[in-house]
Amino acid sequence: MSNAHAANKSVLWDWLTTVDHKKIGILYLVSGGFFFLVGGLEAVLIRIQLMNPEMTFLTGNLYNQVLTMHGTTMIFLAAMPIIFGFMNAVVPLQIGARDVAFPFVNSLGFWLFFFGGVLLNLSWFLGGAPDAGWTAYAPLSTTSTGHGVDFYVLGLQIAGAGTLMGGINFLVTIINMRAPGMTFMRMPLFTWTAFVTSGLILFAFPALTIGFFLLMFDRVFEANFFDANMGGNAIIWEHIFWIFGHPEVYILILPAFGIISEVVATFSRKRLFGYSAMVFATVLIGFLGFMVWAHHMFTVGLGPVANSIFAVATMAIAIPTGVKIFNWVFTMWGGKIRFTTANLFSVGFIPTFVMGGVTGVMLAAAPADYQYHDSYFVVAHFHYVIVGGLILGLFSGLYYWYPRMFGLMLNEALGKWNFWTFFIGFHLTFFPQHFLGLMGMPRRYFTYPEEFGLGSLNFISTIGAVFMTVGTIIFIINVVVTHAKGKKVSGDPWDGRTLEWAIPNPTPHYNFLQTPLVRGLDALWIEKMAGNKKMTPAEPVGDIHMPNNSILPLIMSLGFFIAGFGFIYYSSAGAPALIAIIVGLGIGLACMFLRSWIDDHGHHLHKEDLLKEDKGVDA
Amino acid sequence: MDVGERLTDQNFPESPEKATLEGKNKFLGFWLFLGGETVLFATLFGTYLGLRNSFGKGPEASEIFQLPMVFAATIILLTSSLTSVYAVLALKENRVKQMRRWFFITLLLGLSFLGLEIYEFVEYVHEGHTFTSGAFGSAFYTLVGFHGGHVLFGCLWITALLVRNSGRGLTLYNAPKYYLFALYWHFVDVVWVFIFTVVYLMGKVG
Amino acid sequence: MKQWLRLGRLVPLFGIMMLGLIGCGNEQISALQPQGKGASALFDLMILSLAIMVVVLVVVFILFGYVLVKFRHRKGDDSIPEQVEGNHLLEVLWTAIPIVLLIVLAVPTVITTFDLDVSEKSAQATEEGGEPAEEEGPMTIKVTGHQYWWEFEYPDQEVVTAQELYLPVDERVNVELSSADVIHSFWIPSISGKMDTNPGDKLTNKMWLHPEKTGTFQGACAELCGDSHALMYFKVKVVEREEFDAWIESMKNTKFDDAPSEVAQGQEIFEQNCLQCHAVGDQGGNVGPALTGFADNDMVAGIAEHKKENIKKWVNNPQEMKPGNNMPDFNFNEEQLDALADYLMELETAE
Repeated sequence: MSNAHAANKSVLWDWLTTVDHKKIGILYLVSGGFFFLVGGLEAVLIRIQLMNPEMTFLTGNLYNQVLTMHGTTMIFLAAMPIIFGFMNAVVPLQIGARDVAFPFVNSLGFWLFFFGGVLLNLSWFLGGAPDAGWTAYAPLSTTSTGHGVDFYVLGLQIAGAGTLMGGINFLVTIINMRAPGMTFMRMPLFTWTAFVTSGLILFAFPALTIGFFLLMFDRVFEANFFDANMGGNAIIWEHIFWIFGHPEVYILILPAFGIISEVVATFSRKRLFGYSAMVFATVLIGFLGFMVWAHHMFTVGLGPVANSIFAVATMAIAIPTGVKIFNWVFTMWGGKIRFTTANLFSVGFIPTFVMGGVTGVMLAAAPADYQYHDSYFVVAHFHYVIVGGLILGLFSGLYYWYPRMFGLMLNEALGKWNFWTFFIGFHLTFFPQHFLGLMGMPRRYFTYPEEFGLGSLNFISTIGAVFMTVGTIIFIINVVVTHAKGKKVSGDPWDGRTLEWAIPNPTPHYNFLQTPLVRGLDALWIEKMAGNKKMTPAEPVGDIHMPNNSILPLIMSLGFFIAGFGFIYYSSAGAPALIAIIVGLGIGLACMFLRSWIDDHGHHLHKEDLLKEDKGVDA
Repeated sequence: MDVGERLTDQNFPESPEKATLEGKNKFLGFWLFLGGETVLFATLFGTYLGLRNSFGKGPEASEIFQLPMVFAATIILLTSSLTSVYAVLALKENRVKQMRRWFFITLLLGLSFLGLEIYEFVEYVHEGHTFTSGAFGSAFYTLVGFHGGHVLFGCLWITALLVRNSGRGLTLYNAPKYYLFALYWHFVDVVWVFIFTVVYLMGKVG
Repeated sequence: MKQWLRLGRLVPLFGIMMLGLIGCGNEQISALQPQGKGASALFDLMILSLAIMVVVLVVVFILFGYVLVKFRHRKGDDSIPEQVEGNHLLEVLWTAIPIVLLIVLAVPTVITTFDLDVSEKSAQATEEGGEPAEEEGPMTIKVTGHQYWWEFEYPDQEVVTAQELYLPVDERVNVELSSADVIHSFWIPSISGKMDTNPGDKLTNKMWLHPEKTGTFQGACAELCGDSHALMYFKVKVVEREEFDAWIESMKNTKFDDAPSEVAQGQEIFEQNCLQCHAVGDQGGNVGPALTGFADNDMVAGIAEHKKENIKKWVNNPQEMKPGNNMPDFNFNEEQLDALADYLMELETAE
């Protein structure tokens, strides 16, 4: 294996076999970004159809396919991988590590996600996409004709397995691989949120895995989990889905909290206000995230006792979230706030997220939810949280860490245009939807009669979507311009506070020539204040052990991809599908076997070469 | 010292499975993985409990379950857990031959458990209790079958380990692998204790 | 940074917008114009939660706006601000105050949850609460969701109808909800909140309706149920008690053979092709919506204006108007369509 590493210098081969967390981070970011554009396109189609009453642009089953794929793509194929992109790119650097705990598994996690996402989206070209909503409630999902829902089940099953591996990987990385002196209570907040998010992934995704198996068994192998005529119970799916689904919301939003905490502190030139309270709030939110899933099911008929308990538990989450908001505001208090694009997104996040949060508390009032539930009020609420929260946070992180990830600075002027169009467009799109919901417009409706008076607000909403599209296009232009003109920057362009800014640009393959010694929270800032230009090393320069590249993760994922096809078509194609299942699973198992059989001890970078390379960077 | 080097009694560390960073990572990662597996089985148990009295067109649980056979399977699996403990004890003292022998016995016990389970399933199918006969059937075969799948995977895993390392001593590279298998096997065993209680005993009582 | 000042000014504007929009929308379907006890109770709770939340919003926004203006970086200022770790008093404050606010909201939330529930206990509580205890208790209506229409059964009165729910005004009615296929959700925003209709006997739900105004209101399906989820509307007709009783009486007395002789041809076509699934009066199946008294309906298929053209259009190609519905296409010729539509337009209830 190490010979292969040396012999093949082709760039493509390098990217396909890489186990370097920085490259995997970029792979996640690029593919997640691609799916974000796909999901965005689907959103635009939805808004066109709803622009005016009784439109016929996109109706019936096709509309259901688009709305299902919009939600599914955005959650599983855009938001999750972009978050993983940042976690990969930043977490090892922030804790002073040279890679993640399991580089091979890291690569496998990415390729599983990638092939899962491709499989799901291939449904568009193979007879139709899933049409039962991203929640895929049974028995609508189990009785849906065609293979759309099969693509949903298998695609997400494969992608979800990758996510689960990523979660375990980051938990171990953060627990075991911190640099000397990097105690838990000195970890940057983004690392903390990555840690808690990974924990949530570990305990939430297995439930979804089982849910998908049950759905697959019902659809493909004629099981009866959700068929009332055979004693099945459709509500079990709702419980399983939301036992996963609610923690998933926090899996998404916590890393955004982390990004905001880094960016706001850096650009206020202050340490984060109430760091311990922030950490505690993060952990508490993660913990409560598992206690409140039934608030998605207030109208299912769980009874007044269950509804009351889940209502009060849900309201409780507002307390740690409120703590966070005030801590951010007071981080800025007394600071010297610089409004870079990264910080604009973070600053825009705060009021937007507060609005999404307060509607969350309103929704928690169980009986009032009898009116809000499955109406556009809910649509407005979760877009305020996911787009106004998460996506603004991700943009902020992108502008902030772009120099670290690519060695280039995104254009600030374009960045500001990007922010204002996206931000204004966002509020135009989703603020009116609160009222649409209260005025009686249920969600997932492809049309509405003229006489209900829903036309003008829907029209405003569509205009907002145009603005958001423009904002996104400006961002793409920004990326293209940046990579074409390429303004190279130093390793620390923002006057950073945390370890990821202590390394030269471009980031060396091995991250840290010498593992740094951490002397407190905001490790780099402490050294700067002490008048040091560099981190104090914790070890002398020596040989560095690095993992070997491998193509096995890609082949293994390809195997499961093939098997996925087999399962999807098993109910209609029979024998050929069975062959695909056997071949695909065979490839997957064979790769596991090979991985276990071939000893892989990694390779060493030698001290002399490292010193030469290091001088080259400095010069 | 190179991780691939055979350990001698002189340089043998106290816990060879955790002597390297890679070993420590695997050890912790695997415990976390088992945490995820716990949620996985908890979801299956929850589903089973929700559907255990929805027999659909199939026979009732109390009519078909044969406790003596299940009891025998339980004893076999519990014994295999014990033999894997002996294997780990041998591992910690660098007694390679004994370790391999105990793991081999564990494998044989695992295979006999699987044989019994398959025999049991065939019996049930003959009595009309199938995967598609009702919600109970689906939930039963999914839960017990998932566990059986775990046993099967464990058997393949230890077979590969034993074959690959035949004639090789313990190293810092393969010691964690043996150790993790033992952890996995205990977990599978614990799950079975719950299945025995929740599925069979509660099913028989009604 | 002028933009931020302008944004600050938007805060009260949002507030005014909110207040202005309350009471907006079409009163037939808006949750903001409650026409029944359930919707009123929910509206009160919504306003309470909104008020608390607006207070929170205003406090945060003012603080936020102040910070943005006051502490922005000025050119040439390279001083390093004081690195504050935190402030215990402040942190306790902004933990404690939200707890108090949430308790203020949680108490009425729990009370309303139990008030809206239909159990023996809460039914008793309503009776003890001063209202004249009726001898038989509230009337029960069984609602069944179908892809994509609603079936309403009045079991005690032995009346089954579809797409139009008749309710007596100022009376509490208990509703039992279930589904014939997938999960739907029964929602009449101006009269009460929604509740899901689940498939399977074990999962039947109960709720109550208590309209306070006569008139026609709009109901909808609120849970994605397939291709025509957006077309699963129904009408709610709230009438005086006498009128309600008269309607029940006439529904019960309607016979299939009552149809006038002018539409005999249409009736024959109906008997041969449609009666298997659609009930009229004392005859017919229950796979499709019952059509007794169809002539008095407001809508064809729940979505189109009630006129002959639309009936013909519907029968001629049901998939065009409601994609994915279960009504087969019969390939009637123009003459048959005419006859059938004429017949359906004459389907009135007995005098």
